[in-house]
Amino acid sequence: MASATTAPVDTLPPATPQSGLFGFTRAQGLALLVMVAAIVALPFFVYPQFLMKLLCFALFACAFNLLIGYVGLLSFGHAAYFGMGSYVSAYASQSWGLSPELCVLIGGAVGAGLGLVFGWIAIRRAGIYFAMITLALAQMVYFFCVQVPFTRGEDGIQGIPRNRLLGLVDLGPDMNMYWFVAGVFLLGFLLIHRIIHSPFGQVLTAIRENEPRATSLGYRVDDYKLLAFVLSAGLAGVAGATKALTVHIATLIDVNWPMSGEVVLMTLLGGLGTLFGPVVGAGVVMTMETYLAPFGAWVTISQGVIFVACVLAFRAGIVGELARLLRVKL
Amino acid sequence: MAAPQIVLGLVNGAFYALLSLGLAVIFGMLNVINFAHGAQFMMGAFVAWMLLNWAGIPYWGALILSPLIVGAFGVVLERLMISRLYKMDHLYGLLLTFGLALIIEGVFRNTFGSSGLPYSPPAALTGAPVDLGFMLLPKYRLWVVVAAFVVCIATWLVIEKTRLGAYLRAATENAPLVQAFGVNVPRMVTLTYAAGVGLAALAGVLAAPIYSVNPAMGSNFIITVFAVVVIGGMGSILGSVITGFALGLVEGLTRVVYPEASATVIFVIMAIVLVARPAGLFGRA
Repeated sequence: MASATTAPVDTLPPATPQSGLFGFTRAQGLALLVMVAAIVALPFFVYPQFLMKLLCFALFACAFNLLIGYVGLLSFGHAAYFGMGSYVSAYASQSWGLSPELCVLIGGAVGAGLGLVFGWIAIRRAGIYFAMITLALAQMVYFFCVQVPFTRGEDGIQGIPRNRLLGLVDLGPDMNMYWFVAGVFLLGFLLIHRIIHSPFGQVLTAIRENEPRATSLGYRVDDYKLLAFVLSAGLAGVAGATKALTVHIATLIDVNWPMSGEVVLMTLLGGLGTLFGPVVGAGVVMTMETYLAPFGAWVTISQGVIFVACVLAFRAGIVGELARLLRVKL
Repeated sequence: MAAPQIVLGLVNGAFYALLSLGLAVIFGMLNVINFAHGAQFMMGAFVAWMLLNWAGIPYWGALILSPLIVGAFGVVLERLMISRLYKMDHLYGLLLTFGLALIIEGVFRNTFGSSGLPYSPPAALTGAPVDLGFMLLPKYRLWVVVAAFVVCIATWLVIEKTRLGAYLRAATENAPLVQAFGVNVPRMVTLTYAAGVGLAALAGVLAAPIYSVNPAMGSNFIITVFAVVVIGGMGSILGSVITGFALGLVEGLTRVVYPEASATVIFVIMAIVLVARPAGLFGRA
C-alpha cells in the first residue's frame, strides 16, 4: 500500500538543500538565463502567436508538475481548471470588458476555487484512485460546460477582445500581447519555484517521499496536499485565462479529457519533478502537434507512442536525462 | 413515459457492469488500472463489424470470436509492455495504458474515420418488441441486459466457486506464496488480463447494434465507468456488478425526472460517496 501513496518519481534525485541565488543552483540559474534569453529573442524569429500559445501551455504544465512532481499526486483532470479559467476570462473580457490583468486574475481565482472543492473531495484517496476521481470530476465540469448557455456550446466563445492592459496599453497587436504573456509565464514560473523551495514546499517533498513519516512528524498532510492542489489548479486557471485572450477563443476542447492527457504528456516527456522539464515538454509536444495537425489522427497516435516510450524506457524525461548526464539538478 | 428511459438506463447499466467487472478483475490481479479498457471495448465492436463485412461471420460468431481476438491482442500487450511495470508505481500502469488507448483510438480513426459504421442486430433478435404488460421492450435490448447479467454472474462464479478462482484470489493476496506451490503465476496474470480485455470486447460486440460503431465509443464510456468503479470500490466482484446496474438505473431515472442532470448524476454520486465513505460502497479501506 505504501507504494500507492508515493510518487511515480523513483528516478528522481532526493531533494537537496537550496543553494545559490534565490534557491537556484548554478545549473538552474544558467538554464533560467537561457530560457529568459530565448523568450526575449525568439519572437523575432518565430511566429509570436505560436510562442504565446507555447508559453501558456508551458505554464499549465509547470502548474501540473507542482502537484505530480513535488507532492506525487497524479491529477488526470487538470483540463477542468484550465478550461474554466479560459471560459471565465473569455466571458469577463468580452461581456464585461474587463482589462486583461483582471481577466487573468479572475481565471486563476475560478481555477483555485474549483480546485479547492475538487481537491477536498479527491485527496480522500491516493494513487490511482486519486487519478480516476480527478478525471471523473473534470468530466463533470465538461458536461456542465456543454449544457450551460454562457459557454455557447459547440461554437465556444469566439472573437474574444484582449482589451487594454491596466486600461492603458492596447494588447491587440501580437507583440504587445507577447510581452504580457511572457510576463505572466515568468511570474508563474518563479512563483512555482518559490513555492517548491519554501518550507511549505519542503514539507510537500517530504510527503511525496514518505507520507506516513510526514504524518508522524505532526504535519497535517491533507492540509498540505489540499493547498498544493489549490495552488496548482489556480495556476492552471491563469494559464487557461491567458490562452483564451491569446487565441481569441475558448472552446470545449480546453475543458475535455484529452487536454488533461496532454498536460500529463508534456510533463512526463519533459521530466517529472524537474523545474524546466514541463517547459521543454510543452515545447516539444506543441511543435509536434503543429507539424502533424494536417495529418488527422496521427497527432493522437504519436502522443500515445510518446506516452508508451516515456513509461517503458524514458521515465526521467528529457530534462531529467539531461540532468543525469550532466550530473546537475535542473 | 418513464419506462423507456429506465430500460435505456438498464442497458447502459449492463455495459457499466461488464466494463467495471473487467476493470476490477484486472486490477485485482495486476494492480493496474486498464485505461485501454474503453479502446478495447471499441475494438470488440469493430472486430465484430470486420468479421461480418470482411469474412461474412454473423453476430453469433462474432460474440465468441471477437472477445478471443481482442483477448489475444491483450496477451501481446501484457507480455510486451504491461508486465514490465509490475514492480513500479501503479501510476505508470495507468499512464502506459492511457498511451495505448490513444494509439488504438488514433489507428481506428485513421482507418475507419470518425463517423460511425452501422451494424444490424441479428435477425432472431429483431422484429416485434416484447410486451411486458406496462411497456414494449425491443428484443435486442432485453437480450443485452440478460446476456450481461449472465456473463457477470458466470464470472463471479468462476472467481468465487472454482479451483481456478481460488488460485486467482490466493495470488491476489500473496503471489510469491502461490508461485511457491507450483502455480505458474505470470501465466495466470497474462490470462487474467486477457480475460478482462475479452470482457470489454464482449461488451463491445453487445453494444455494436445499439450504438454506432465508432472510434470514440470507448472513451465516452470509460470515464463514467471509472466513476462507477470509485463508487463501488474495486474490492468486490459482485459489488462492481451491482453498482454498475444500479447506476445505470439511476441515470435512466434522472433522465425522466431532471434530464439536464443525466450526464453528470453519476459523477455527483461519486463525490457524495467519497465524502461519506471514501473506500467506496463495497470497498475495503
